[in-house]
Amino acid sequence: MSVLVPTSLDAALQAIAAAPDATVLAGGTDLMVEINGGHRRVAGTVVVVNRVPELCTWYHDPRSGTLRIGAGVTYAEIERDPIGQWVPALAQAARTVGSPQIRHAATIGGNVGTCSPAGDGLPVLAALDAVVELQSSAGTRLVPFGEFMVGPKRTVRQPGELITAITVPVLSGWQGYAKVGVRNAMVIAVASAALVVGDGSVSLALGSVGPVILRCPEVEALVAELADFGERQLSVDAIDRCREAARRAARPIDDHRSTADYRRHAVGVLAGRLLRRAFPNE
Amino acid sequence: MSDASNEATGEGLAYTLHVNGVGREVHDAWVGESLLYVLRERLGLMGSKGACEQGECGSCSVLIDGNLVCGCLVLAASATGQQIVTIEGIAPVGAPSDVQQAFVDAGAVQCGFCTPGLIMATHSLLDRSPEPSEMEIREELSGNICRCTGYGRIIDAVQRVAVSRRAGAQ
Amino acid sequence: MTDAAVRSGVAGRLGESALRPDGVAKVQGSFEFSGDRSADGFLWGATLRSPHPYARIVRIDVSGAWRIDGVEAIVTAEDVPGVPTYGLISHDQPVFAHDVVRFVGEPVAAVAADHPETCRRALAAIVVEYEVLEPLTDPERAVDGSHPPIHPDGNVIRHQRIVRGDQHLQGVVVVEGEYELGMQDQAFLGLEAALAVPDPGGAGVELHVATQWLHEDRTQIAKCLALPEERVRLVLGGVGGAFGAREDISLQVHTCLLALRTGRPVRMAYSRSESFLGHVHRHPCRIWMRHHADADGRLLRVEARFVFDGGAYASTSSAVLLNGITHTQGPYRCENATVDGWAVRTNNLPCGAMRGFGVVQACFAHEGQMDKLAAACGLDPLEIRLRNAMKTGDRLITGQVVESVAPVERLIRELAALPLPDEPVGGRDGDPLRLPGGAGLTADAGQVRRGIGWAVSIKNLMYSEGFDDFSTARVRLGDGVATVKFATSEVGQGFVTLAGQIARTVLGVDDVVLAPIDTTIGSAGSTSASRQTWMSGGAVDGACRLVRERLFEMVGSAHDIDPLRLEIDGTDVIDTMGTLRISVTEATKGIELDETFEHHHRPTEDLDESGQGNCHTAFAFAAHRAVVDVDPELGLVKVVQVATVQDVGRALNPLSVTGQIEGGIAQGVGLAVMEEIILVGGHVRNASFTDYLLPTFLDMPDVVIGLVEEPEPQAPLGAKGVGEPPTVSSTPAVVAALRDALGKDLDRVPVRPTDIVF
Repeated sequence: MSVLVPTSLDAALQAIAAAPDATVLAGGTDLMVEINGGHRRVAGTVVVVNRVPELCTWYHDPRSGTLRIGAGVTYAEIERDPIGQWVPALAQAARTVGSPQIRHAATIGGNVGTCSPAGDGLPVLAALDAVVELQSSAGTRLVPFGEFMVGPKRTVRQPGELITAITVPVLSGWQGYAKVGVRNAMVIAVASAALVVGDGSVSLALGSVGPVILRCPEVEALVAELADFGERQLSVDAIDRCREAARRAARPIDDHRSTADYRRHAVGVLAGRLLRRAFPNE
Repeated sequence: MSDASNEATGEGLAYTLHVNGVGREVHDAWVGESLLYVLRERLGLMGSKGACEQGECGSCSVLIDGNLVCGCLVLAASATGQQIVTIEGIAPVGAPSDVQQAFVDAGAVQCGFCTPGLIMATHSLLDRSPEPSEMEIREELSGNICRCTGYGRIIDAVQRVAVSRRAGAQ
Repeated sequence: MTDAAVRSGVAGRLGESALRPDGVAKVQGSFEFSGDRSADGFLWGATLRSPHPYARIVRIDVSGAWRIDGVEAIVTAEDVPGVPTYGLISHDQPVFAHDVVRFVGEPVAAVAADHPETCRRALAAIVVEYEVLEPLTDPERAVDGSHPPIHPDGNVIRHQRIVRGDQHLQGVVVVEGEYELGMQDQAFLGLEAALAVPDPGGAGVELHVATQWLHEDRTQIAKCLALPEERVRLVLGGVGGAFGAREDISLQVHTCLLALRTGRPVRMAYSRSESFLGHVHRHPCRIWMRHHADADGRLLRVEARFVFDGGAYASTSSAVLLNGITHTQGPYRCENATVDGWAVRTNNLPCGAMRGFGVVQACFAHEGQMDKLAAACGLDPLEIRLRNAMKTGDRLITGQVVESVAPVERLIRELAALPLPDEPVGGRDGDPLRLPGGAGLTADAGQVRRGIGWAVSIKNLMYSEGFDDFSTARVRLGDGVATVKFATSEVGQGFVTLAGQIARTVLGVDDVVLAPIDTTIGSAGSTSASRQTWMSGGAVDGACRLVRERLFEMVGSAHDIDPLRLEIDGTDVIDTMGTLRISVTEATKGIELDETFEHHHRPTEDLDESGQGNCHTAFAFAAHRAVVDVDPELGLVKVVQVATVQDVGRALNPLSVTGQIEGGIAQGVGLAVMEEIILVGGHVRNASFTDYLLPTFLDMPDVVIGLVEEPEPQAPLGAKGVGEPPTVSSTPAVVAALRDALGKDLDRVPVRPTDIVF
């Protein structure tokens, strides 16, 4: 039983290589809830990764138009500029993560590692086609977010692998995030959606309405066909069709937080409202 | 291999935390203990309160390296080498800080259980934003649940401090 | 082990906004809550709870737990030395379940060990074999008798009717509605916690605990422990809120039992998820009402049926039922009534006291009815309420005459005059946090509708039906210092502030010492029912007056002046007909005047079979207006403003009154739009603060307050209790505002997004 607090990426990777079943602790905002509640027994090694400098930095590459966000970057930092300028939808999502206290601790890597369907940042990552970088002593692999998450709190991360970074494109088009919760702050998403406008195309991702974050190819195709990207116009009728398509794409469940019917309805509303913000017809 | 390690010593862990400017030894601790537990039960710093164990109430708010976090969600053994400030580190007993005095004066305290966490959050807010708008106060303190006051007097207390600090600075 | 006395270093007399004497300690984190108390060599205690709503216990095997290092005691029902059950009204709840478990979370065993994690492992190692039984979760099946009794006392806790006047009268206008309230949690922040310290040889025990009523706890604990009451000493541990949830026993007996077993101090502290299971809640309730009125909207007759789900054990359900049905008419005149009320037992979580105590339920229904009546009569919601407003001297449907000040009409008129929010939907700054959905950015201002709603309430004060809930206080005066002793639970409401104000005012002293709050004095009754300002305030006032009388006698005889000529002026005793002026400090140099006073309210009586009788002591009234913004398409709500005018008798501490009103409204808003313990088949789905949502800073509206101060002649200080009324009528006001915005019947709280959308 030990707690390791590596302060370099090499040391972190070595620690995980030595104990592939180690519990990886980033901000602690998910894991400690389970430990405090007695739902998770801590045994063996805990590797604490939130003080690895390489994980706590970001790098904006204007040439490739990408932002590489270290897995240990907190949502408090993502909420602010300059990250907020580069990926405004991610900043909007960050602002809804738990409370200010949570955002000071919670990391994007931890959010991706836990991979709850209600994870606030995840629809944005899905809509941006973010790439998850995993490192192990054997090397590095890059996994598109859409392939990374395979079920509720299930990912393709292998024992011995550490999530080291998330890379997202820095785009010039409109992007936005919206999240429904029953409270006006500090609430788990009942339904959420992220919309990213690219060059003649959009991507829409839905959260909390399925076992994984859902992309909506049908909506994306409809918008590509019907929208005027130059004038930022999309007809009322087209938006109605998109709302319906988003509803159809949802695969929600009933639970104590809401009903499947409501989630399906809400995610359609969110899709429509995000589209209207992106295409204001002004 | 790693730069810092809290190895098992017999049954439990041994490590040092830096709390309110003082190095504090922790011995024979269980690995799963939260910072909140260690502060209260091993270091005798009972001012931080636990009311939810999952970061939903803010009663356990402390500063770690200047960032406001929930002590219940910090694995104590992971906080080695960091500067931890608790409510006990805000002001000496009997000599309350301006924020603390404003809470008393404004009627922002009833049962008082959420109060230490709110004091921490308010100091943190006003350090970053000396003249917050009402909405900013509401958002920045939204991680601190108070069940008694309905928040009105707390907002008043925060605004009083902002006003008096501005007056003092002039 | 005992508390140091608290010197009240703050000034302020009655009517002033004196500051809390415990304020500085609380803001500095040095105030000791019950969970902060420790003792050398203590053990941790923990409770094993039933995972089933209803099951027979076949076998309990604790041997596995005994094999864990650090485990010092394991106790089950067999180890309870005295009476195996307890309860506030009927003693129907086992200390530990022994043959049957009746709700999820019912205690089955408890352990004491060296570390919370050891306790957790020990609990996991106890094997309990259950034969799962079909739970009774629908209260209607308890009413209709279709489910076999789940308890020897039967499934009906109480059935009470109120029958008054013409039972066949039909109004020209008739409106009918069904209403439902979910189960609300008190959600005090300071979790259940206690420290029990055994006397040598197990002859007795001292318990430091956060409770609302030390003496009642002691009575129940002593019976279960088979100890004489004087061997059980209770000391109030700092209380982190209560709101009704600490009126019943939770961990008290368990902690004492483990301490007596081990001969060592034992600390118990519930987790949040355990707390949801470990205390009683606000009763879920289904209410049907039919109101009959004449063409002008004057209320002629009310019919109602209430079903309160009491859960597995009785707690205070019978009193909650009484409160609910006797407030059916609301603050309105009504001569004729037919009311049928049930409080029943189910395998849901036990329910009991929560701020508003049955009247929250009644008010939600009668105010919904008043709005329906207004609509049916083509009247404004305020006009219908003004036309029917109760006055002092009116008779309730129980036949009781309302002798309290009843300024209902004035409350409504003054409320209507309070300013509405000056910001449009979404505000002028465009901050999304002002809109429903907040930082979730779900809505734009154009998608949001605003509504305004009104509600008015009547709430009884103090205990009812013949209960003499007296309070005791002792005051000693010497060397200019008043020492005040009482057993009144300070749960955050500020009685400690008020006690100092009373002593300073009556005795003319600045220096007031509050002695430790414990059972070394007579009972103060419970900190509930909006009663402590009246009852314990009356006791402190009474004791101070006795002391003052003796002071005047003493000064009078020393100066050969008739004591009746003396009075207190500031901090001096003065002769109103002469020139004598002597400071209280000087007059009490080297002596001590010591008096104890019990304050009793006037007697009340039981209801008869027809629900007639003078069952209540006194009443307070409040009116609320809510302004809400709602996103109809998503069903999300932002409560923008709640304005209120409250009948307080006299504001003895305006700042404290403001705090009670704002805090009470927060709990009312919570019930209106988010707070509910969700039970499915007796299983709790949201026993955490992640899923049981409380209003945050961003959910709480601006509050605008007006006070009506018409001193209450019955009340010792002219003041009515102020704690409950804000919670009673704020909920229906918010729902009325939602109905106004949406044009939709909303008959259930909390109002969920699904209720708005579908």
